[in-house]
Amino acid sequence: MRPEAAVARPDIAEGEPLVSIRDLRTYYSIRGSFADRLVGREGGVVKAVDGVSLDVRKGEVLGLVGESGSGKTTLGRTILGLVRATSGVVEFEGHDVAHVPEREFRALRRRMQVVFQDPHASLNPAMTIAQAVGHPLQIHGLERNRERLRIKVAEALERVGLAPAAQYMDKYPSDLSGGQKQRAVIARAIILNPVLLVADEPVSMLDMSVRAKILELMAELKRDFDLTYLYVTHDLATAKFFCDRIAIMYLGRIVEIGDAASIYADPKHPYTKALLRAIPEPDPARAVPRDLPRGEVPDAASPPLGCSFHPRCPLAFQPCGWESRDLRDLLEARWARKAGEAGVEEEEALFGNLDALSAPLISARLTPPRGRTAAEMLAVLERIRTEDPDEPFWKGVRRLEAVDGRLELDFHEPHDPTLGQSGDVEVACHLYNAPA
Amino acid sequence: MSDAILQVKNLRVYYGTPGRPVRAVDGVSLDIGESEVVGLVGESGCGKSTLGRGILGLLPDGARADGEVLYDGQNLVAMSQKSVRRMRGPELGLIFQEPMTRLNPLLRIEGHFRETLEQHEPNLTDAEVRRRSLETLGRMGIPPTRFRQYPHEFSGGMRQRIMIALALVLRPKLLVADEPTTSLDVIVEGQILALLADLKNNFGTALLLITHNLGIVAESCDRMAVMYAGRIAEEGPVREIFAEPAHPYTRELLRSTISLDTTELHSIPGAPPNLIDPPPGCRFHPRCPNAMTVCAQLEPIEQRFEDGRRVLCWLHGPNDRIPAGGGAPLERELLGVADEA
Repeated sequence: MRPEAAVARPDIAEGEPLVSIRDLRTYYSIRGSFADRLVGREGGVVKAVDGVSLDVRKGEVLGLVGESGSGKTTLGRTILGLVRATSGVVEFEGHDVAHVPEREFRALRRRMQVVFQDPHASLNPAMTIAQAVGHPLQIHGLERNRERLRIKVAEALERVGLAPAAQYMDKYPSDLSGGQKQRAVIARAIILNPVLLVADEPVSMLDMSVRAKILELMAELKRDFDLTYLYVTHDLATAKFFCDRIAIMYLGRIVEIGDAASIYADPKHPYTKALLRAIPEPDPARAVPRDLPRGEVPDAASPPLGCSFHPRCPLAFQPCGWESRDLRDLLEARWARKAGEAGVEEEEALFGNLDALSAPLISARLTPPRGRTAAEMLAVLERIRTEDPDEPFWKGVRRLEAVDGRLELDFHEPHDPTLGQSGDVEVACHLYNAPA
Repeated sequence: MSDAILQVKNLRVYYGTPGRPVRAVDGVSLDIGESEVVGLVGESGCGKSTLGRGILGLLPDGARADGEVLYDGQNLVAMSQKSVRRMRGPELGLIFQEPMTRLNPLLRIEGHFRETLEQHEPNLTDAEVRRRSLETLGRMGIPPTRFRQYPHEFSGGMRQRIMIALALVLRPKLLVADEPTTSLDVIVEGQILALLADLKNNFGTALLLITHNLGIVAESCDRMAVMYAGRIAEEGPVREIFAEPAHPYTRELLRSTISLDTTELHSIPGAPPNLIDPPPGCRFHPRCPNAMTVCAQLEPIEQRFEDGRRVLCWLHGPNDRIPAGGGAPLERELLGVADEA
């Protein structure tokens, strides 16, 4: 194997950006159906990461927090060069990751390592622990002498608490418990002496009783090896313990970022607040019924207009991006709630097929079925409004009337919120940074 | 408890292995009252899922059960597979984790409900089937407009709602939910737990909630049972147990839960024992910070407290059964990572 090209290892001071991300976009194209391709129609695009700018500072633990589909894992993978960015820049130690030639990139990659969620899937079942942990050294051509390789592997294993190493080296992953496997995965990550470790949900598959041990180990390694962590997780409780700074992601964008202390003390974005409220409190004396946002993370192939969180947000108002699909959700939620009650089936029949509302438009036009009138539809909507006038949806409605036998509904102009300073954090929410 | 709708009495479930059997559930007794929400917690491998399946008679081939599971005066353990199957659904329901894999991808949601209701209540008319299905789905937040869609058109959270509705449409008296929110996002998890906690109000259904997350138990359950190595270490009202855990294992499990209030990380040394050859005496003694010499020698005797709790730990006596010198601290080697979970 040829020796890898040398890449300058710049001296980055503590607190300076180790990774610098500017307007990063990572899109995945989805293949349409067979019929779509026959007629030449393109499949859609999932904007997994949609315009993220972010620094990972040397020596910090940056928590990247969000639910599944938020793009947090894709962002981590794009930094590692495991996924190619669609546009934007990722710099690692000053090198543009997307444009470094492969040979040089291998040398860079030695300094950025990753620990994935599932320790079982991360280890080749046919490799012994010693082979797995020593593999990076062999791949990068850093140690060819078998004796010395074994010594280095033993050192790494003992460093992560798998001591005495001799007891583990010739075992297979299936002989180890979940916690032990994750330790072996961490040993494999640190054996190359990296500067950056991307940890993607490293403890969420483990039992509660071992999570603390693995987090403690990671904190220890960080001190001893002068590491920088990108901690990708959905769990704000472990992130609180572990992170210096937190970035909250929702549907491909950062909605709030700041020092961990500020975010936990005074969360700004309604989504951050919801995530914090969703963590079950292990204290029955304090458990109160929680007010959680409705619905789930929407389909990233067709995100909501304006702020992606607006359909679930209890505080959404005029500029947040109200659209036709929100009307559909409003009606469906009502019919679900009242299923089986008198009059509901009649309402369903009156509105008929709601597919007309499934395209994201800032106005809705509904035609009543034969024999019914737009005035009847209007009356139903007015009744819904009277029953729950505080429903945020109504703030988004600019005009609602029956015109020419059609129900016409216009929403306020949608605005994309952008990150702006608010107190000690940056937040992307119209409540804090009103659109011009 | 006299108004228990289900009583588990000294249930044992053994799995056959080429060597000796794995004693996954080893002498468990547990009552579930009408409309009661009972949490069953423990680390992986403690036997909590096996207990849940044992109650429903859903054990895999090669498993042997003895003891009693009494429901409506009948012992499910002694009943034929066929009779148990007839009770499963209308009397005893089940919700699994991973709702993705439990719905038939080729069958519309409507088809799932039709099949379920036709199987157990053949006399219902089509209109009744539809009304009952839509009503139950609606309570779970699934709108009637989506009744004719296929499982792949729903998100993970909605599929779990559909699974719950599918169990509830038969109006069972007891629902066993095995880690029903494990693969879901935090906010959706909260939504589903709120639905489950509401079952007693909406459907009068009792719930056995199997989970490893103590936060979930604190929030949703009336009573809890802490399982360790095939046995119930402590059982009683949730408030009392969280306020003052009697068993050292319960206490350590509580301390190692990471929540927003955690200021110091804590973990339990060692790992749960294998269930082929569990430690003598109290099964927790090798990991227990409070272990006494008696704990390594004699099996603990169940003690009952006035607040309705029972605990399996020598720290709570009976003192007259502890041999002389048995109260001295147990001397042990330090546990290493070698024994970690």
